[in-house]
Amino acid sequence: MSAVGDPRRGTRVIVPTQLRGYTAGASEVTAAGATLAEVLVDLDRQFPGFRFRVIDEQDRVRRHVIIFVGGERCDDLGARVPAGADVQIVGALSGG
Amino acid sequence: MLSLYIATRKGIWIASSEDRRTWALRGPSFLGQQCHHVVLDPRNRKTLLAASRQWHLGPTVFRSDDGGTTWKEAATPPQFPKGEPRGRAVDHVFWLTPGHASEPGVWYAGTSPKGLFRSDDGGVTWAPISGFNDHPEQAKWVGSDKDETPDGGKLHSILVDPRDPAHLYLSMSGGGTFESSDRGGSWRPLNLGVDMDFAPPKTDGTEYEYGHDPHCVVQHPTSPDRLWMQNHCGIYRIDRPSNRWVRVGRAMPKEIGDIGFGIVTHPREPDTAWVFPMDGSGDWPRTSPGGKPAMYVTRDGGETWQRRDEGFPREQAWWTVKRQALCGDARDPIGLYLGTTNGELWATTDEGASFSCLFRHLPHIYSVTVGEPA
Repeated sequence: MSAVGDPRRGTRVIVPTQLRGYTAGASEVTAAGATLAEVLVDLDRQFPGFRFRVIDEQDRVRRHVIIFVGGERCDDLGARVPAGADVQIVGALSGG
Repeated sequence: MLSLYIATRKGIWIASSEDRRTWALRGPSFLGQQCHHVVLDPRNRKTLLAASRQWHLGPTVFRSDDGGTTWKEAATPPQFPKGEPRGRAVDHVFWLTPGHASEPGVWYAGTSPKGLFRSDDGGVTWAPISGFNDHPEQAKWVGSDKDETPDGGKLHSILVDPRDPAHLYLSMSGGGTFESSDRGGSWRPLNLGVDMDFAPPKTDGTEYEYGHDPHCVVQHPTSPDRLWMQNHCGIYRIDRPSNRWVRVGRAMPKEIGDIGFGIVTHPREPDTAWVFPMDGSGDWPRTSPGGKPAMYVTRDGGETWQRRDEGFPREQAWWTVKRQALCGDARDPIGLYLGTTNGELWATTDEGASFSCLFRHLPHIYSVTVGEPA
């Protein structure tokens, strides 16, 4: 059995409040992809505009966004998303 | 109807009035988002574009076709090309300018870091203007992070000559003012005569070509050869085709000085302009000098300036009015509007004879623009 996520199964993505305008208010959605990059592409396909609010045009995670893959902080879009792992997007400490 | 589009650090409000005496305030839209500019398209008097970001999320542009009741995000917000050699990414969209009257649908955007972008479809999709962003000298023009405002460099005051859609100006804090005659394909600096007291004189005695800090530049709508500039180092006027700015702010009272952020010109009188001076001495508090807010007006091209403060607090009012937060309408007599960083919106509808506060308790106001929606 492969250790990576099966695109057909989908990965649970936990969406922060700041991005729920894109997900019709949903706090959890499902996206397909074996890597974080693929998951983000699928999120943008489902929720147009989502990815650019999280990832800049040079493929860097935005400064005040933190992404966890399977509970571990992850800035590498090429990272594998293991089967059963959640992707959690968090609005970091910011603002005022 | 007249509408004021108020972009703040925490969202957008819209104030509307038929007679400029009774105002209704709507909002907020985008509560909690940093909105730098909201502009009504004067060509159709219908489309509104809003530059927005959110503390955590990336920058974008929203469009409304129903007066700001509903908004739709740009399909492709302004962004630098992926993989471009300098690794630039838009942090926020700072400035929006509708294109020429003959080019409906065209808009320009200025960003932080300093970049110039264009939309040909009313703000739905945006593309970088390579003639500026990738100009071989551009990295020198924009300078380093020491040539930026505290929250990043700003490309602003994008001006489209009403006689010629290919003739553009832009300004940068810092970097200076630049001009294009080919729709942005190529650019040249336009800064001679502008002081730069934050840099030593050049050893060869020549003037700096760029690196200046224009805070706001406006072009007179019916005499487009006349431009006014409020700079970090004074108030200037230029009459094209001259390439030399004249520091008309030297005629301001010495105790007030000629430092400020915004400047606005009279829509029918090119010799008339208003400024809102700020304290640019010592630690540069950027507040009303002495805590006594006032506008100053010239009606003779900057030869003389008169104080206008009737209705403003007489003391202990330490306002800052940012560069986008000073504007005027085109009615007769014209109205002037200014938004403060402590969330107050002030107006005069008698060309400065008296001022009144329209609204208090808004968030920190970044910009105020005016329009007459259809």
